Amino acid sequence: MTNEITPEYKKAVLTVLYQLADDDYLFSYRGSEWLGLAPHIEEDVAFSSITQDTMGHAKLYYTLLEELGEGSADSLAQLRPKEERCNSLLVERPNGEGYYKEAPNYDWGYAVARNYIYTTAKKAKIDALKASSYAPIREVAVKISTELYYHQMHWTTWFTQLCTATEESRSRMMKALQEVIKDAGDLLSFGKSVKHITACELIESEVAIKERWLAIVTPTFEAVEIAIPVLPDPIINGRDGQHTDDLTSAIETMSEVYRSDLAASW
Amino acid sequence: MSVVTQLSEQELQEQFEARIAAGEKIEVDDWMPEEYRLALIKLISMHGISEIMGALPEKEWVPKAPTLYRKLGIMAKVQDEMGHGQLLLRVAEDLLKPYGKNRGDLMIDLFEGRLKFHNVFHMETKSWGDAGLIGWLVDGSAIISQTNMLGSSYGPYARALQRICAEEVFHAQHGEAIIMALVEGTPEQRALVQDALNRWWESLLFFFGPASKDTTGTSKQDITIKYKIRVQTNEELRQSFLSKYIPRIQSIGLTVPDPTLHFDEAQNKWIYQEPNWEIFKKIQRNEGPCSQERLALRRSSYENNAWVREALTALVN
Ligand SMILES: [Fe+2]
Ligand SMILES: [Fe+2]
Repeated sequence: MTNEITPEYKKAVLTVLYQLADDDYLFSYRGSEWLGLAPHIEEDVAFSSITQDTMGHAKLYYTLLEELGEGSADSLAQLRPKEERCNSLLVERPNGEGYYKEAPNYDWGYAVARNYIYTTAKKAKIDALKASSYAPIREVAVKISTELYYHQMHWTTWFTQLCTATEESRSRMMKALQEVIKDAGDLLSFGKSVKHITACELIESEVAIKERWLAIVTPTFEAVEIAIPVLPDPIINGRDGQHTDDLTSAIETMSEVYRSDLAASW
Repeated sequence: MSVVTQLSEQELQEQFEARIAAGEKIEVDDWMPEEYRLALIKLISMHGISEIMGALPEKEWVPKAPTLYRKLGIMAKVQDEMGHGQLLLRVAEDLLKPYGKNRGDLMIDLFEGRLKFHNVFHMETKSWGDAGLIGWLVDGSAIISQTNMLGSSYGPYARALQRICAEEVFHAQHGEAIIMALVEGTPEQRALVQDALNRWWESLLFFFGPASKDTTGTSKQDITIKYKIRVQTNEELRQSFLSKYIPRIQSIGLTVPDPTLHFDEAQNKWIYQEPNWEIFKKIQRNEGPCSQERLALRRSSYENNAWVREALTALVN
């Protein structure tokens, strides 16, 4: 099948893969900054397991891109400049103030809200990929599903608990949720190539995915008695390469060692 | 029950020592002398908290790991270390029950300097070479010191160590793989490893602790050997480390930064330049290069998350 694809179709496949890969890559990076700082040790173990799974997912997508002739998975992950990245705004936002190595001031409420929203959105997308016209994407979606099931359960539990435990935790979560939703405009967007991607039947339409997402989150929001948030229009659209400087510094940190010698084998 | 209460403290102690001598395992609810319980608490809570503090120096390199493959490898490794901490602190918590203390108290003890974390985790990391060296030689040292306690008279600790040691083997392989890639790489990559070895050598000698209390004034090794919690002395462990790793270090073309180092056939032991034990003592007082910075990282995360702990407690009640 891969031999028969037209250049137009291939372009759509690449666009979808870059969005999926860059999302999980950045999301995993944000998770790795939290390592050792979670509220308790059990959570540190669980969170880092999720972070690791997510890096594994990014690697699956980058490997598909490599197989399509885009260059090595590592260079795709490490070297592409900000303008070429297709991740959503939500995953490039820092965890809080402070560099991860020096006095990070991270808020667990923000982490839970972001992880919950990102993971449910990811679930909606993965389900919407299972009927993709491109077989390698279908296969990857199935692989990711199993792990994603646990991620979703994990963050739903945290989200529900903190939204209902104490007055303070509830108000912190409401505030965190607002912060997260404000940035979630491009989360379920495909950017300017939307028509082409949808026409190639690589994934369901944006509208269908939003419906899926609503179906996933509605029971949780009803249970915690919080109004289901409305995803805003994007402030900037990461899918089209629009990004903040936070992405630049994240890429610099992640690729620092790799970039120190591009010809070397690590 | 009535039989037990009739036994005097003296008889209980004798029975206990007989069990230890017979190689029996002591379990959490068994009678044990306070000296034994306290030695275990000190050892296991320090071991557990060290696994957790030990995640911090390596954590510095998790986001920076050079390739996707290495990123996954180091993530898995650091996650294991946190898992070891979790496992060990549970063992320590069970021993602490009669004193009405729990994990929260251990954290406070850590912050206030009553509970120490292992001296090797007070050191600075400077390059990806350090990330490899830690896995290879620090985890390699951990395997040696933990294997020494695999037959520990305290059952729950021995069982936890069994699981931990199995994972440590993977950690050492992970570290060795990073090191091999670097020494087989460019001259700059090789230099990264030699530089890491130069900086970590003293710490590796510190790792097993002083040979006797004459060196630093205190040593808990005597009591742990008496109760068969461990077998070999600090110096015996260090000698095992040198025997295992010096040939490997040299075979990949690295130089140990100690020109006096050699194996003395007559004495059947490695002769090496004693590290500066004054520095070791400083580290033990949390005055090492990164002691305060790592404690501050833990402390600030503990304080930032206070509301989360409160929320979780409210849910349980
Ligand atoms: Fe460990
Ligand atoms: Fe380890």
